[in-house]
Amino acid sequence: MSINHSKETHYPAKESFLSSFFRSLTEEIKAALVATLWFCFLTLPLVCFRINANTQKIDYLWERLPKVAIIAFVATLIWRFLRKRLSFSHVKDTLDEVSGPPPDEARGPGGSWVTYLMAAKHKKLYAILALAFLVTIPFWVSPYVVMILITALIYICLGLGLNIVVGVSGLLNLGYVAFYAIGAYTYALLNHSFGLSFWICLPLGALTATTLGLLLGLPILRLSGDYLAIVTLGFGEIIRLVLTNANFTNGPSGIGGIAPPGLFGINLNATVKPFLVNLHLMHKDMDLNKVLIFFIMLLMVILTIICVFRLENSRLGRAWLALREDEVACQAMGINRTKAKLTAFAIGSTWAGLAGVVFASQITFINPSNFTFMQSVMILSIVVLGGMGSIPGVIVGAIVLTLLPEYLRGFANYRMLLFGLLMVLMMVFRPGGLIQSTRQVYIHKPLENKEP
Amino acid sequence: MMTGQLEDNKLVLATLGVSIIFGGLTALDNVNFEMERDSITTLIGPNGAGKTTFFNCLTGIYKPTSGTINYYPTPEKLTSLIGLAPDRITTIGLARTFQNIRLFNNLTVLENILIACHSRMKAGLLGALFRDSKTRAEEKAMADYSYSLLEQYGLAKSANHLAKNLPYGDQRRLEIVRALATRPVILLLDEPAAGLNNQETKDLDAFIRLIRDKEKLSVLLIEHDMSLVMSVSEKVYVMEYGRVIASGPPEEIQKDPKVIKAYLGEE
Ligand SMILES: Nc1ncnc2c1ncn2[C@@H]1O[C@H](COP(=O)(O)OP(=O)(O)OP(=O)(O)O)[C@@H](O)[C@H]1O
Ligand SMILES: [Mg+2]
Repeated sequence: MSINHSKETHYPAKESFLSSFFRSLTEEIKAALVATLWFCFLTLPLVCFRINANTQKIDYLWERLPKVAIIAFVATLIWRFLRKRLSFSHVKDTLDEVSGPPPDEARGPGGSWVTYLMAAKHKKLYAILALAFLVTIPFWVSPYVVMILITALIYICLGLGLNIVVGVSGLLNLGYVAFYAIGAYTYALLNHSFGLSFWICLPLGALTATTLGLLLGLPILRLSGDYLAIVTLGFGEIIRLVLTNANFTNGPSGIGGIAPPGLFGINLNATVKPFLVNLHLMHKDMDLNKVLIFFIMLLMVILTIICVFRLENSRLGRAWLALREDEVACQAMGINRTKAKLTAFAIGSTWAGLAGVVFASQITFINPSNFTFMQSVMILSIVVLGGMGSIPGVIVGAIVLTLLPEYLRGFANYRMLLFGLLMVLMMVFRPGGLIQSTRQVYIHKPLENKEP
Repeated sequence: MMTGQLEDNKLVLATLGVSIIFGGLTALDNVNFEMERDSITTLIGPNGAGKTTFFNCLTGIYKPTSGTINYYPTPEKLTSLIGLAPDRITTIGLARTFQNIRLFNNLTVLENILIACHSRMKAGLLGALFRDSKTRAEEKAMADYSYSLLEQYGLAKSANHLAKNLPYGDQRRLEIVRALATRPVILLLDEPAAGLNNQETKDLDAFIRLIRDKEKLSVLLIEHDMSLVMSVSEKVYVMEYGRVIASGPPEEIQKDPKVIKAYLGEE
């Protein structure tokens, strides 16, 4: 269970791993079948439908479905097997360590400590492998895919930021897109009017969004639940209307010609690209500025994950969690509710600001219609679909929800319908989200050899 | 009986003329109350008498319409609790449990305790993000403290379980231990025996005494279970319709005709 389900599942202590796995084989198969069905359903448009560019019609490729199903099924079984195995050894360790309570007298002062570890072994190795794979992507895909991936990464960032506010702190924010817009416009305006570079505007955009988060946070501190949702919704709309009607933002026509992020003033497309293309290491139409943005976003997502994980397991993050769980009890624990709410709001907004700056540099032309209420809904859906408060959940949610529309382009008319259907199905079958949030396990290790 | 708080430094808490009015309803009416340091005091009374409301006034959730609440963290020091925010009141030494358990359900037992250590920890935003050695040391020290607290009070085995998955009795117990983790001077327990069976109530009796002796604190208890009240308390206050109608040692209270009338109705 890595850190996951150790609280719900009990393994018979002495049973060997294999026998325990086969004893539950039918259950494993059932679970794998369900996963396969889900997988097929989710990837259906991707696998079986293709838009024929010539005829502008959709080709149906049903013969691919069984293959995909079989692969998904086998992969799921293997995945579950490995996962269970990992957790099996882990749960045994924990049981050994936690269940033998050392007698009171045996523990001298500081005679024991609690170490907290993420449980899975080799976790770092997997992470590095995954990262290495991600880094190679721009070198073998088309420019179009890079664009989609950048969007996905931006939404991961937004999802993780909103997750701090909604998932961790339980403050329903329907105007999150406003902070995203603020980030984007900060860069666009500063770049347009003063020629400030991306790298200077990145922190500035974040700072502006944070400040605005604080400003919005102040008046709405007393609100919670539905009222909070309504006020934040209104705030999002106000920002959009200001952007549409103000002169300095150039109104509905927006701001164009926003500079891409530079890298020490090198013209990547002129110098590095011919070299890579000659070596067949890059698609010939690739814009290296986009590749740079891809890497920037990748780095940003990694940093975000680390930050959010650290926050969640810190004094501040626990205060947010307490706020979400029970406001009255939270105060009764000596937590300043005002401070907790304000910090959650402000820090959540910071990420929207960061993502906004990158977004502006990616599409180089922004206008208020990029920042509508639907965007807020989309980001909120990512958090809810993925799993409130769950970092891997939000990542998966962002990927599903940004890739899905791309593949559903063929049915533009039914897109929102399918989207809604998916959400309803999710709420019925997995109300906790795709990957439910789990709490960190603290492992207690009695101190050995404490005698001098 | 109620005006002598200043010359008497045995007191840890004293209220004078505390009243609170909700709309037309006088939920607390001129409540005078005194509590001695390191004692176990109980508040009893029929449903709706205002006991929980009194707790809420003490802990800052409600602000009394009038009256004073004086708290003596140490015999020499006097602090007025009127107008302080609930979190501030917890920080200076009053911790409470709730009539209907209010645990952080989706967090683990250990995290519930860690949250209660909040005001004794220092790490801020930067500490959380950079996890410097100071922050790590603090986290470890607090996790260690929390675990040892759980160990002392028999909850260590469930340290990593979600609070909502604990059996009911353990949830009650966890709520008390969580309150202890704030290092209170006064522990306020709102009907801790509600929903417990006979054996669990007996355990609770021992548990309350153990806490009082081990942690050196004063306990204020709201309770309906008379056997527990009579055995554990050193002083009993009886409330009815927001008023204190009697106070004194349990044996006297048991015989007081006013109390009998309040509980059994008119003859
Ligand atoms: N916030 C509030 N607004 C209005 N009335 C309130 C409020 N809080 C409490 N009351 C009223 O005050 C009275 C006392 O309630 P309280 O909860 O203090 O009773 P109690 O003695 O704790 O009773 P029980 O034994 O049932 O817990 C009740 O009539 C209740 O309806
Ligand atoms: Mg009550």
